[in-house]
Amino acid sequence: MGLIDSDLLNSALSGSRRDLSRILTAIEDGHRFEVGPQEPWTLGVTGPPGVGKSSLIGRLISRWVERGQRVAVLAVDPSSPNSGGALLADRMRMGAIDSGDSVFVRSLATRNHPGGLASCLSPMIGCLAACGWNRIVIETVGSGQSEIRIVAFADRVLLVDGPDRGDTVQAEKAGIMELADIIAINKSDLPNSQQAADSVRSAIGLSQDSQTPVHLVSAHDGNGVDELLEEIESCSGSQRRGRLRVRERLLSAWDSRLLGHPRINEVLDAVETGSITLDEAVEILD
Amino acid sequence: MRIVIAKPGLDGHDRGAKVIARALRDGGHEVVYTGLRKTPEEIVRIVMDEDATALGLSTLSGAHDVLVPAVCNGLREEGLSEVVVFAGGIIPSDDHDSLHGQGVRAIFGPGARTSEILEFLEAASSRIESGQPVGIGENSGWRWG
Repeated sequence: MGLIDSDLLNSALSGSRRDLSRILTAIEDGHRFEVGPQEPWTLGVTGPPGVGKSSLIGRLISRWVERGQRVAVLAVDPSSPNSGGALLADRMRMGAIDSGDSVFVRSLATRNHPGGLASCLSPMIGCLAACGWNRIVIETVGSGQSEIRIVAFADRVLLVDGPDRGDTVQAEKAGIMELADIIAINKSDLPNSQQAADSVRSAIGLSQDSQTPVHLVSAHDGNGVDELLEEIESCSGSQRRGRLRVRERLLSAWDSRLLGHPRINEVLDAVETGSITLDEAVEILD
Repeated sequence: MRIVIAKPGLDGHDRGAKVIARALRDGGHEVVYTGLRKTPEEIVRIVMDEDATALGLSTLSGAHDVLVPAVCNGLREEGLSEVVVFAGGIIPSDDHDSLHGQGVRAIFGPGARTSEILEFLEAASSRIESGQPVGIGENSGWRWG
């Protein structure tokens, strides 16, 4: 896989949305992208299915656009392990995102390529930042290790949860809560949302990191969204979480290299048939 | 293939679009569903941002003769000539010729099998691979069926 064509790159850098979009595809297909050092502004948004992540992002986008920001969203959904296909429908829940030049939304399927999506996220983010997108949001369903690794590519992480879900403990188990800089309990227009916020606050209070702010918001009627936005804007992230994030990024880079090893299939076959042990496999792939 | 399934205009019926989106996913494609009531301009922007290879327009409102050409023109104006466009929903056969004339490569009505739509996409895909014209702005009389 080669380097991305410099004409395409220059066209995207000078504002061609079409060519930016083409470059994102090329990166996803494994092409390399080189541009000067960027300091992208990134927010990872994760949480269980159905808590209103996309709707809430839609609200945040409107606020950002009012303030003159240019917002790009990378909305990640899983690929079907059976067919390899994916149904990407996050953007339909993001409200009026399709009507302006200040919003760019790309849906991404996790696919089953080596290392998952993580290996192309950094270059994609760099490309968006170089093209002038100054608010970059990465959305994933928070239901597995690979999703956690994806949000770890953002410099600040928002965990969204909702009322009546009863599995706050599950979120803690998966380690998402530790990575979150801010927690939003969505659907404050529904009963029991206050209770959900209280239970999350008390769960956080038990850990060493009791500073994580918890916001009660409603993507439905917009309540609390301004306060949440202020919190996100002023968030700088703790050092401890910074280290956790770097750890996740390193692990995904490692995975990516491992799965891209020229002898990986040969080694998998050998382990499967029992002709070598796992330890020997690690030695070969080292 | 990356495919956008879109609902243009004021039409609240999306059962068909969702069935198609699901079937294409099960056929191994990456499908972006736009949701209801998108303007032609919005649909063109979505196709561009998503770098889609194909666009399926679902319309049951009777406004296909206005909305479908508006989308097709928008795609051509934005330089998205290589996008393969197909349509579905309630489109009387009298209107098929004018839509095909716009560059729409296939029209699927009620009763169309999802397997047929997958076959169409496969045919379109092999045309792309072999460099034969099939996009909305690529001059070609080719059509499905």
